[in-house]
This record gives sequence, C-alpha cells and structure tokens, in this order.
Amino acid sequence: MKIVIHTLEQINGVEIYPIISLIIFFVFFIIIGIQVFTADKEYIDEMKNMPLDGNDDFEENFDNQLNNKNL
Amino acid sequence: MELQKFTYDNKLTKMFLFATVLWGFIAMLVGLTIAFELIFPRMSGEIEWLVFSRLRPLHTNGAIFAFVGNGIFLAIYYSTPRLLKTPMYSKTLGLINFWGWQLIIVLAVITYPLGLTQSKEYAELIWPIDVLVVIIWVVFGLNLLMTLVKRRIKHIYVAIWFYIATWVTIAVLYIVNNLQIPTSFLHSYPVYAGIQDALVQWWYGHNAVAFFLTTPYLGLMYYFVPKASNRPIYSYKLSIIHFWALIFIYIWAGPHHLLYSSLPDWAQALGVAFSIMLIAPSWGGMINGLLTLRGAWDKVREDPVLKMFVVGVTAYGMSTFEGPMLSLKTVNALSHFTDWTIGHVHIGTLGWNGMLTFGMIYWLTPRLFNTKLWSKQLANVHFWIATTGMLFFSIPLYFAGFTQALMWKQFTPEGYLAYPNFLETVTQILPMYYLRAFGGTLYLIGAILFLINVKKTASAGKFVRYEEDAAPARPPAKPREGWHRKLEGRPLQFTVASLIVILIGGMVEIIPMYLVKSNVPTIASIKPYSPLELEGRDIYISEGCYLCHSQMVRPFRSEVERYGEYTKAGETVYDRPFQFGSKRTGPDLAREGVKSLPNYKPNSWHYNHMLDPQKLNAESIMPPYPWLIEKDMDLSNLSSKIRVLTSLGTPYPEGYADGQALKDLEAQAAEIVADLKSAGIDVEPNKQIIALIAYLQRLGVDLYSGNSQSQLSEK
Repeated sequence: MKIVIHTLEQINGVEIYPIISLIIFFVFFIIIGIQVFTADKEYIDEMKNMPLDGNDDFEENFDNQLNNKNL
Repeated sequence: MELQKFTYDNKLTKMFLFATVLWGFIAMLVGLTIAFELIFPRMSGEIEWLVFSRLRPLHTNGAIFAFVGNGIFLAIYYSTPRLLKTPMYSKTLGLINFWGWQLIIVLAVITYPLGLTQSKEYAELIWPIDVLVVIIWVVFGLNLLMTLVKRRIKHIYVAIWFYIATWVTIAVLYIVNNLQIPTSFLHSYPVYAGIQDALVQWWYGHNAVAFFLTTPYLGLMYYFVPKASNRPIYSYKLSIIHFWALIFIYIWAGPHHLLYSSLPDWAQALGVAFSIMLIAPSWGGMINGLLTLRGAWDKVREDPVLKMFVVGVTAYGMSTFEGPMLSLKTVNALSHFTDWTIGHVHIGTLGWNGMLTFGMIYWLTPRLFNTKLWSKQLANVHFWIATTGMLFFSIPLYFAGFTQALMWKQFTPEGYLAYPNFLETVTQILPMYYLRAFGGTLYLIGAILFLINVKKTASAGKFVRYEEDAAPARPPAKPREGWHRKLEGRPLQFTVASLIVILIGGMVEIIPMYLVKSNVPTIASIKPYSPLELEGRDIYISEGCYLCHSQMVRPFRSEVERYGEYTKAGETVYDRPFQFGSKRTGPDLAREGVKSLPNYKPNSWHYNHMLDPQKLNAESIMPPYPWLIEKDMDLSNLSSKIRVLTSLGTPYPEGYADGQALKDLEAQAAEIVADLKSAGIDVEPNKQIIALIAYLQRLGVDLYSGNSQSQLSEK
C-alpha cells in the first residue's frame, strides 16, 4: 500500500480525480436514466423503427418480381 | 413535405464485402497453420518466415484488423447512409479508406514474417505503418463525421453512436500506445518503459477488444438484427443506457491483464472492479439483441442468417461473462498465462465477430446482387460446422488451461514442486492441442463453404451499384427538446462527449502511472543492458519469443519455487518495450541467467537448443531457430539505438554511442565465443546467436547481484 499512498501524495489534488470522474459519470448516468425513462413514446418508436424505414421484405419482393416476370 | 431524391452507391460496400471474405479466410488459414505448428514443432521446415512466433502476430492482426476491420467498414459503409438518409460524404475518401486499409494489411503480411515488430500484442506494426494506420483512420473518421453533418434525419440511431465511439476511442488508444522514437526506418523504442509500458499496452490491448471487436459490432447488431428479422430492436431505451455504460466502463478494465504483476495494487483493483461492472452493460446488449427476435423464433429455425446472429450474440454474452470471471484475482491466478485465455478470446472472435460477420454477409450479398442466396442449405451446413468448430476449439483449451495451471501449482507432501520439469505440463495437454486444431479445421472448412456460397451468389446475380431513395430535408430542432436528444442531433458534440467519457477512465489509470517516477521504486543494482545484450534483446523481440515465454514471475510460492524471485516494478525500468508476455507455452525466462537457480543453462545449451530443441528435449514443442546461428547481427543501427535510449533516460555514459558501445559489444561477444569454444562449438562473434545468448544470460542477474542479493535474503 505504500506505493499507493506515495503516488497519491505526488500529484497535486490527485485524490479528487477518481471522485470527480465517478461523480461526473454517476450524475450523467442518472440524468440519462431519467431522460430515457421519461422519453416520449413517439420519439422512441420513431428511433426504434429507423433501420426498418423503407425496409422492403426482400424475399417477398424478390418472389413477386420473379412471378411478375413469369406473367 | 417535399421529398429529396438521392442514391446510395454500393461500390465500396461490395469491395469491403469481398475483402472481408478473403482476409477472413487468410487469417483463419494462418491461425490453423500455427495451431498445427504447436503440435508439429518442426513443421516450419526451418524456414524463418514460417516459424510460429513470427506467424502468430499475423494471425491475430489478420483476424482483428483484416477480417473484423473490413467487416466493420462493410457494416458502416452500408448502414450509415441508409440510417442517415444521405450518401456517404465522399467517394474519394471512401476509396482511400479501402485501398489504404488493404495496403496496411499487405504491409503487415510482409513485415511480420520478416520479424519486423514492436512486440506489443495487436500493435506489432512498426512505426511507419502505424503512421499510415493513423492517416487512414482519420480519412475514415472524416468521411463518417461529414456524412453525419450532411444527414437528412434529425436524430442519430444508436448503431451510429457505436460507430462514433469506435472511431474516437481507437484513435486515442492507437496513438497513445504507439508513441515511439524511431532509431531507423524499420525500428523504434517506445517512450514508456517496463511496467508503465505494460499498463499502456494493456489499456490499449483490452480496449482494442472493446472498441474494435465489440462496439462497432454492437452497432452492426443494432442495425442488421432488426433488418434481418424485420422487427425493431427490443428496447431502444435499453440501448441508450447500454451505450453510455459500456463505453464508460470498458476503458477502465485494462489492468486485469496484469494481475499479480508488479503493477501497483490500486491499478489492479480498479481493473478488477470495472471488469465486474462490465457484465451489466454487456448483458444488457445481449438481451436487447436476443429479445429483438421474440416472436420470430419460427424464422430463426429456418433462416441461416438469424441462426448465426443468435449464436453470435449468445457467444458475446458467454464471453462477456467469462471475461469478468477471469479478471477475479483468484480465478486469474489459475487462468493467466494458460490456454484458457486463448479459448476465451476465440469464443469472442469465432462466435461473436465471426458469426455476426457471416450472418451479415449472407444477408447482404443477395441484396447487393439482386438475387437469392446461392444455397441456403450450404449456409445451414456452414452454421453447424462453424458452431461445432468453435466449441471444439475452445472447450479443449479450457481443459488444457485448468490442467496445466494445476500442474504448475502442485506440490508434493514433502513441499517440492510435483512437476518441476515444465515440459511435463506441456506434453500432458498436447491431446487438447490436437482437438483445438480439429476445431480450427472445422471452422476453416465452414469459411470455405461461405466463400463458395458468396462467390456463387455474386456471379448468379447482377450487381446493383446504385439504389434510389428519397427523404425530406432535415427538420429544424424543436426548441424544447431534452438535452440528450439535442446531443443526438449534433454529431460533433456527440463525438466530443464520447471522447470525454472514455478519457476519464484512461486518465485516472495512466496519468498517475507514468507521470510519477516513484510509482516504480528503483533498485540500485539494476543496470542498463550492455550493447550486445541490447542487440540480443531486439533479436528476442524480432523473433517473437515473448509470444510463448513470459518474463513475469508472479508472487506465488509455486512460481518463486520454479523460477526464482518474483518480478519487481523497479527491475523493468530499462525495458523498452516491456517483455512480460501473456502466455506460457514455454517456461518463464525472467530469471534465465541466474546461475544459482535450477533453471540456469550454460551458453552451449542455448546454442544447441536454438539449433535443434528436439535434440535436447525430444518432446519439446519449441521450433528450431537455426538461422540465428547463420545470420550476422545488424550493427549499423547500434549507435542510433544507444542515442535514442539515452535521450529517453537510460543512463549510458556520455558519448557512449560513438565507438565505445561497439568496442564493449565486441569484447563481450569474444567472451561468449571463447566459452562456446571450450564446449567444442565454433562460431563467429558477429552471429545473432551470440547476442541472444548474452541477453538470455543477463535475465534476472542484476536482481540477484550485490546489494539486492542481501536485501532478498533478508526478506
């Protein structure tokens, strides 16, 4: 443990580093948590469906194309 | 609202797709080759370019940067424009990205077998190639960020957040870990030494797994799993929390690669704590991926793409549970340096990265070529053969790891090591190496079926280069939006936020370690390497000895008994780069030169051992290195090396580089030559083997000499 104490003594105000970083993250995380759980459903649904936007069901379309050609 | 028309260009997607398939095959082929070399050590046929220790970086880098790297670009170049409703910003930047990346891979394929390496795992590329990597990475980042700026939608989908975090973090990690001072065009020394170098390397090494093998593939998962199953992600809310928690926590976990090493306890403790915390976001991601398929399990039964995604995401869950378990100190005491680690990482690469890549490409190829998959049945066969291959690969290695670790630690009732001969513990686990090679063979066969299927599908259809789409212009931000939604609408600020989040962990660990000299207590008897030993050390690095031999005795009775005093931080102050290693396929070498210890071998033994290991130990799996005896040392660079080391703080006498270094080198070489002669071996003093012997005979000597000897005995 000597090495730990020694290290901490060497940096000006180092003891505050991990505390600050944890606080930053904790606060950040809590705020995100609140934002996420209070987010309106419309927005979440919009985001959720983004990859599917304009998603053609390829297999079906492909079969249709083939069928059309056959006709 | 008026719709704006635009087109997606699939050319780069196609190029990255073929590159992924091809490099994947090559990386796996090299992997299988080295798996066989461990069983048949003479398989390299005494050809230096084919020896295990030079091919192993080619395999790891090939799998990570060539196979997965191209897979990342493939996913990003396909999904980003479609998610942002705009073409990629610049075709030219895209082409530079593609060809630059392939050039880097080709240079790696050339330099590693030639023995040109920095010896930092997954960062072995020499400095000129590092510079090229940074340039290409910046080109890629510019293309990605500018596409974000040009987008037509307001908010950015979560997959893209993962791409942004990947870009920004890899840039930071790669640059910090590769800070080197060149001694020539092909060689350099890191600015960090010993234990500090080790911390920076494993901060990088662990986060290369996190931000190259994991985050971009999570982005891929968040896009392609919904696409392939045609249903939205299970919980978008969970994905937001998943993202921030994952990128924040991951960056702290690096020190778990250095447990029981001479790294300060506080850093080790941080590494363990954050590794355990990582289970939460990782499993959040896995659950989100798997539950997306709820109500679609009937499709999973039939669709090889979804099958592969399910196994891939499950493998992610398994390996992100196993990782934190391995970082518990008690478990790590057993697992570290054994094949357990190799088994663990292959669940990740073969399962998570491999299966997700295969699934994505089986889904994409028919779409890019407007046809159906050539053979769904063959893809199903590939699925089964790959899954079985992965299990045959990893499970035997778990057994091998347990077995060998327990044998290393076993004492007789009288208090002696039960297996004092390291080789005994190797021959015991050889059957597991056979099974691993079998598993690897299965997986490679699967990759060949994959290659055929993709090729046949591509030639059956016609490449669809351009795809039309239309979307309204980007709507302006609403005044009363929450701050996170605002952040999602501002890609540059978002990138900076990600950067800050990942820097917190990195800074807390690294700044105290390398700014404060007192973190590495000095040991008076530790002296810089002599010029000949330095040459030998560079040969040791160049041949990749560190891939099978550690130089890190952990503070366990079983290790101190077997190897000697445990490794102290202060011993490593002149080690640029550090040589702790991460795997013991052969014994630890940290105390190799100490005459009073049982492992000590005379010069003649080392000479004969390099020439023909099996002649000395019939069951040894070390490959022969006969070229060390034939090849001359390259001393053209010696004074430049000494100068660079002096500038970094190694206390060589003033003006040592100009002449005296060479004289000292020749004098020491002459001593070794004379000693070998007395053992009946005739060798010229300028051969590489002389330098290597000098280095091996130096290992551990300082710690056991003079003052430290008495300090040790007092303890």
